[in-house]
Amino acid sequence: MRWYPYAAVGLGSALGSLLRYLVSVTSLTALGPFFPWGTLFVNVLGSWLIAWLAVLGQRYAHGRVARWQPFLVAGFCGGFTTFSLFSLETFHLISLGRPGWALAYVLISLPLWLLAAWHGHKTAGKVLS
Amino acid sequence: MLESLKLFNLLLVAAGGALGGMARLAVTDLCSHWLGSRFPWGTLMVNLSGALLAGWLAARLGIPSSLDLSSAWLALVVGLLGGYTTVSSFSLQTLTLWQSGQRFRAAAYTLATCLIGFLLVVLGWWLAGGGA
Repeated sequence: MRWYPYAAVGLGSALGSLLRYLVSVTSLTALGPFFPWGTLFVNVLGSWLIAWLAVLGQRYAHGRVARWQPFLVAGFCGGFTTFSLFSLETFHLISLGRPGWALAYVLISLPLWLLAAWHGHKTAGKVLS
Repeated sequence: MLESLKLFNLLLVAAGGALGGMARLAVTDLCSHWLGSRFPWGTLMVNLSGALLAGWLAARLGIPSSLDLSSAWLALVVGLLGGYTTVSSFSLQTLTLWQSGQRFRAAAYTLATCLIGFLLVVLGWWLAGGGA
């Protein structure tokens, strides 16, 4: 087993997770616990960033972004975004007796994640052309 | 809020996140080795198993109602499972499938992730003896 990708992904994921936690603490303090704004924010931002990085990494196959791919993509973006907390929050909204908000959370999140990835992809393409 | 930012709490999240990220890499590598990389099986496995564990841990540890999170919740749920599962790869893979004309696969991937993911949270919760 090659250890380098594991070290790079571990480090990136630690940083990403830490930043996600700080975003979530900030959003809970500023906006309250009624709606999981923090998780929505990290997942949208992370989706934008990974698509942007993917275009750069492909275009410059020997560039800095490509070399740092395990740290930046699987590491940072992977640790920053989270599916388990998203699904847990959806479940929690239902168990609190707010199924409408749970449905809204899913129906807002999913298109925003994909739109963010699409926009990140497009933006990186524009910068490079 | 300041209590949440104690160094020990930050270390728990970072350590959990590092382990979770490395576990994700191991699972995605194994899945692409066994099942090929035409479909993002690895990320699907990661997110579904993470959802099951999240439901299980939520019933075991109790879902916190304030910012006062226990060490176990910080390390295992925020750190480990948060770092293990990922939305960014899911979004990129769905976009890539869609743009390469594999629209049915993109839709199937999205539906499988969200629907089965949610059912597995409920299953995990139920397996751990969480009330209705």
